Amino acid sequence: MSGLAWQQHLILLPIVVPLLTGALLIPVNEKHHQRKYAANLISTLILLGCALTLFSLTDSEYWSSGIGVYLAANWSAPYGIALVADRLAALMLTLTAVLALASLVFSSSRWSRIGVHFHSLFQFLLMGLNGAFLTNDLFNLFVFFEVMLAASYGLVLHGYNVSRIRAGMQYITINLIASFLFLIGVALIYATTGTLNISDLGARVATLGVDELRLFKVGAAILALVFLTKCAMWPLGFWLPTTYAAASPPVAAMLVLMTKVGIYALLRVWLQVFAVDSGPVAGFGFMALFCGGLLTLVFGAVGLLASDEPGHIAGYAAIVSSGTLLAVIGYGQPSLVTAGLLYLLGSTIATAAFVLLTEFIERIRTPGASLLAVTMEAFAIDEKPEEPVGVGIPGTLAFLGLAFACCALVITGLPPLSGFIAKFSLFHALLNPEIGAPDLNAWLLMGLIIVAGLAGIISLMRFGVRTFWASGNVLPPRLQLSELLPVATLLLLCVALTVLAGPATDYLRRVTDSLHQPGHYIERVLGEPAIPGPVRLQEGTQ
Amino acid sequence: MEAAIAITIGILFGSGVWLVLRPRTFQVIIGLLLMSYAVNLFIFVMGRLWIDQAPLTLAPGTPDPSVHADPLSQALVLTAIVIGFATTALYLVMMLGARGLTGSDHVDAEEEDEQ
Repeated sequence: MSGLAWQQHLILLPIVVPLLTGALLIPVNEKHHQRKYAANLISTLILLGCALTLFSLTDSEYWSSGIGVYLAANWSAPYGIALVADRLAALMLTLTAVLALASLVFSSSRWSRIGVHFHSLFQFLLMGLNGAFLTNDLFNLFVFFEVMLAASYGLVLHGYNVSRIRAGMQYITINLIASFLFLIGVALIYATTGTLNISDLGARVATLGVDELRLFKVGAAILALVFLTKCAMWPLGFWLPTTYAAASPPVAAMLVLMTKVGIYALLRVWLQVFAVDSGPVAGFGFMALFCGGLLTLVFGAVGLLASDEPGHIAGYAAIVSSGTLLAVIGYGQPSLVTAGLLYLLGSTIATAAFVLLTEFIERIRTPGASLLAVTMEAFAIDEKPEEPVGVGIPGTLAFLGLAFACCALVITGLPPLSGFIAKFSLFHALLNPEIGAPDLNAWLLMGLIIVAGLAGIISLMRFGVRTFWASGNVLPPRLQLSELLPVATLLLLCVALTVLAGPATDYLRRVTDSLHQPGHYIERVLGEPAIPGPVRLQEGTQ
Repeated sequence: MEAAIAITIGILFGSGVWLVLRPRTFQVIIGLLLMSYAVNLFIFVMGRLWIDQAPLTLAPGTPDPSVHADPLSQALVLTAIVIGFATTALYLVMMLGARGLTGSDHVDAEEEDEQ
C-alpha cells in the first residue's frame, strides 16, 4: 500500500466500486428502493469523479506518456494482469459514467421499480464496462465482457414481458456463441504466441514462424468476429434493433454504449498489434474492417428507411454509427480516427438521449402505445409501479419537439450541432490524406456516409412529423423532472461538444497520437516495476 | 492422440452448431452446452498435450518448464467453465420464463404459421 500513490489506485476504483456496491445491494429488500437508488447514485457519482480525475491525469504530465499502469496483485507484466489507463480509456470511462448517471436518474421514477435487482445489475454492468476499458489482458477482457453481458442479459429482461423475452432469447444466444468464439480466439492466440498480454503480443508475433503466423491470424480473425458482433457489423448485427426496441429506455441507453465497447476493443487490439509498422502482420484485417463498415452503413441506412418505431430507429442509428466507425478504423489513417472519435462521442450521447426520449414519445402516441404499456404492466413481476404522475410541465411538447430535433440533428449530422462538425472533420480528413489524393475508397466512404445521413433525415423527419404534428389531438404527456433532466443534460453535452469542438478535437488528436504510437504504451506496461515486498527487501540486504 | 482429440472436439462443436440452429429452445441449450464442452476442451488442449505431468510443483528453486504441463491454460479453462455454468443457468431460467409466458418453446417464442 505504502509504495503506491493514491492516483495509482484510481485505476482500480472504477472496477471495485461498482462491484462492491452491486454486491451490497443484492440482499437489500426491494421495499427500500429509495435507499438502493441513493447507493447506486453515490457509486455512479464516485465513478464519474474517478473518470474525470483519470481524464485529467492521463492528459497531464503526471504519468510518462500519459499512461497509468496498475499491476494487479503486484505481478509485473506480462506475467500478471495489468490495468492501464491511457487517454482513450479515460475518455471512455468518462463517457460511461456520464451516460450511466443519465440513465440512472432517468430510471429512478419508474423503470428501476418494475422488477427486482435493477440497481445491482446496473452496477455490475458498469463494472464490466469499466473493466473492459481498463484491462490490458485478453482473457481478462473476456471476463469483463462476460460480467458486462451477464448484467445486460438481466437488464434487457428487466420488466419481463413477451417482447423482451423474445428479444432477450436471441440476444443471449448470440452473445453466448460469441463468447465461445472469444474463447477459441484467445486460446489460439495463446497457443501461438504464449502470451495474452496485449502489449506483449506485438513483440511475440514478430518472432513467429510461417505456420504459427497463419494460426495466429486465424485466432485474431475469430477474436475480431466477437468484437464485430458486439458492435453489430453486418451480417452480425441482426440482433441489435430488436433488442433495442424491446429493452426499457434506460437500459437501451446503456446498450448504445455497449456497441461502442466492440469498437474500443478493436481500436485497442488492432492499432497495437496490427499497426502499419508491426512486421509480418502489419495491416492485417484493415481491409475487411473497411468493407464490413461500408456494408454495415448500407444495412443501417436501409433499416432506417424501413423502420417507423422509435426503438428500431435508434437501433439502426446505432448500426449506422458503428458502420461509420468500423470503416474509419479500417481506412487506417490517424487523422481520420481523430474525427471518428469525435463522431463516436456525439453519436453515442445523441442516440442515448433519443432512446430516453422514446419513452415520452410512447406516452404521446396514445392508443397503441398505452395498450403496450398495459401489457408491460401486466407482466411486471413486482407490484404495479405507479403511473408517471409528474406535474404537467408547461411547454412539455415544445421541449420534446426541440429535444427530438436536437437528437435528429446530431444523429444525421446536420448543422449546427456536433454531428455536423464530426462529419465535416471526417470528410476533411478523407479529402486530405497524408500522401497523394483521396482514393476511390475515400470517395466511396464519403458517399455512403452522406447516403446514410440522408436515410436518417428521411426516417427521423417522417417519425417526427407523424408524432408531433400529424397525430391529431396530442395530449401533452406528464413528465417528471428526474426524467427531463437527464435528457436535457445529454443534449446540452452535445451542444457543448459543438461549442468546444476545437479543444475537443485537440484532445482527441492527442488520444489518436498515443494510439498510433503503440511503442510508448508497450514500454510503459512492460516497464512498470512491481513494488518490492518486505521479504524481497530482506533477501536483498542479506 | 492429437487427431483423436481434434476429431472429438470437432464432433462436439459440430453437433452443437447443428442443435443451436434448431427451432426449439431445449435443442438450443443442449447445443450451447455441447459447444461449451468443445470450447473448454479446446482451450485445455491449447496448452499442448501432456501425459502424466503436473502443472505445479512444490520443489524449491526455479522449476524446469519442460517437465511441467502448462498451468495457464488450465487456469483459463477453469474460469471459462465457471462462466459457462453461470450463463447456461441464466439461459435456462429465461427458457422457462419464455415457456411460461408464451406457452411455446419455440425460439421466436411463437409457433410459425402452419396454414
